[in-house]
Amino acid sequence: QVLRIKTRNEEEVKQLQLLESLEHLELDFWINPSAAALPVDVRVPAHNVQAVKAFLESQGIEYSILIEDLQAVLDKEKEDMDYSQQRDRSSSSFNYGTYHTLDDIYAELDHLASEYSSFVSKLQIGESYEKRPLYVLKFSTGGSHRPAIWLDAGIHSREWVTQASAIWIAKKIASDYGKDPSITSLLNQMDIFLLTVSNPDGYVFTHTTNRMWRKTRSKNAGSLCVGVDPNRNWDAGFGGPGASSNPCSDSYRGPSANSEVEVRSVVNFIKNHGNIKAFLTLHSYSQLLMYPYGYKCTQPADYAELNALGRAAASSIRSLYGTTFTVGSICTTIYQASGGSIDWSYDYGIKYSFAFELRDTGRYGFVLPASQIIPTAEETWLGLKKIMEHVRDNPY
Amino acid sequence: AAMELQPSHGLANRVATLAAGYLCYRRGSPGRGLVLRSLRRARRQDIDDVGHKYYLELVLEDVLDKDSTVNCTAEVLYHLGSKNLAPDVQFTLEGELKNTDEADNVFYNRIRSLEKELVAENIPDSHGNVSPEMEPIRRLAWVASGYIIWQNSTENTKFHLAQIKRVKQVKRSDEYLEFDYMILLHEMVSQEIIPWQMTVLWHPQHGVQVTQDSRQPKHTSG
Repeated sequence: QVLRIKTRNEEEVKQLQLLESLEHLELDFWINPSAAALPVDVRVPAHNVQAVKAFLESQGIEYSILIEDLQAVLDKEKEDMDYSQQRDRSSSSFNYGTYHTLDDIYAELDHLASEYSSFVSKLQIGESYEKRPLYVLKFSTGGSHRPAIWLDAGIHSREWVTQASAIWIAKKIASDYGKDPSITSLLNQMDIFLLTVSNPDGYVFTHTTNRMWRKTRSKNAGSLCVGVDPNRNWDAGFGGPGASSNPCSDSYRGPSANSEVEVRSVVNFIKNHGNIKAFLTLHSYSQLLMYPYGYKCTQPADYAELNALGRAAASSIRSLYGTTFTVGSICTTIYQASGGSIDWSYDYGIKYSFAFELRDTGRYGFVLPASQIIPTAEETWLGLKKIMEHVRDNPY
Repeated sequence: AAMELQPSHGLANRVATLAAGYLCYRRGSPGRGLVLRSLRRARRQDIDDVGHKYYLELVLEDVLDKDSTVNCTAEVLYHLGSKNLAPDVQFTLEGELKNTDEADNVFYNRIRSLEKELVAENIPDSHGNVSPEMEPIRRLAWVASGYIIWQNSTENTKFHLAQIKRVKQVKRSDEYLEFDYMILLHEMVSQEIIPWQMTVLWHPQHGVQVTQDSRQPKHTSG
């Protein structure tokens, strides 16, 4: 047991120091006796509890039980840790409930493509500035050139819960096909393309050097500052308000639209595919579900439908753990910001363009505890699914 | 005449975040961190030659007990023109906050009984972990950052404490606890991460004070 002892005077403190010296009692003081005003916490082995209590009582020293059974507490903690390691672990040893390095995520992409090879394949759509491959998982049950849904994560590298959620979502889609009626019917009609790490250079940098890095890692001519904000670099109101022209800024738009290879690779893929019907992108944090526009504060033509669909998706998200997402256009919900990806995709003709800002609302922000990865992924998936079902049922 | 704002609106949320930060500074302690749960209502009034005044109805949450919430009304006045004047904030809490004397005293006594001054880094760490011993240190930083956020906010900024890079306890001969923090603030509109140094004083009966603070230069490459 762990006891908390409240001494009232110097005499009592001396008594405790005497107790401390009796080695056969095997007492482990978590807070040592020093001054009368301070509590003393001591762990007492079970077989000595009676003796210690008897001593305290005989001296009239006040105590209370801080922890009734420490071993039980430790056993439970171990159980919890083992359980959370076992969760969602099927044949792979990839722990979805923790944050991973780029190499480990890339290894898991290969594993998924191999385990579900009949409908999951890995494509490379380009290379990052530092020559890292940009890998997309393609989910396709057949057909040729079916209408498709695009989903990306981690365009801003410090938003770690997005890459982590994306790989969980990849596993979810793969394992639910053939079991969940909705996903099965979706994949029987449409393809899904999932870019789990849109900005691999930035992601590696957040692991090796600066956890708060947001941008790409491209060199800027004439500046010591590195990197461009990849979500200010798209060809949508480029150069307008809400993006900086200063290379040292975290919202630097870059020298020109599509200057970043990470952005250009996605644009080229989407244009070459020609049949993408939804463009969904994951960010953190703030718990928002947004549709265009960011570069201007006027409503998109499809405002009514996008708003209603957004609300339905937010409702699905909330149904799981009560997490509330605010729905609205980028401009009204956060601020005017030019050069954003969903503005580009929408103006390009992809009607169902949404940007998610995942957990939380500021308490942990970018350093969201790993214990929240799976709940975040689970609830986000419900929102994405709601949107995907609507896209499936409303061909255009 | 006051104009109604949508609670989902970015501007209304920035003002609410500021009000919550100020409130947390005034009422927080190592045993009590308050965070904005939701904005229920927001109205704005433009006052000629003075500035913009906002009337807010907020719900705050106790970080130690998510189910413990308190309603609050706040008035925030952003002064026209002056970049150096902090906004005026007044608030009224509906009902009482949970008493945190015990938690505060436990922390106070623990720190006072340390043999060596406390030193720590990266709270939370990259994976969001905060050890139990560091939780009150983190809450204290959260409360103190409320002061800095209040002093440096405009209608176009939204600050959150992103991380404590470093904290060092400073030895004192009186009964106060003093900590020197280097924190990272995340500003949502510019998306900048701003290092900020702050000296924080605390005593269970005397609340939290930021006695000195200074914005630090950002690194260029990383």
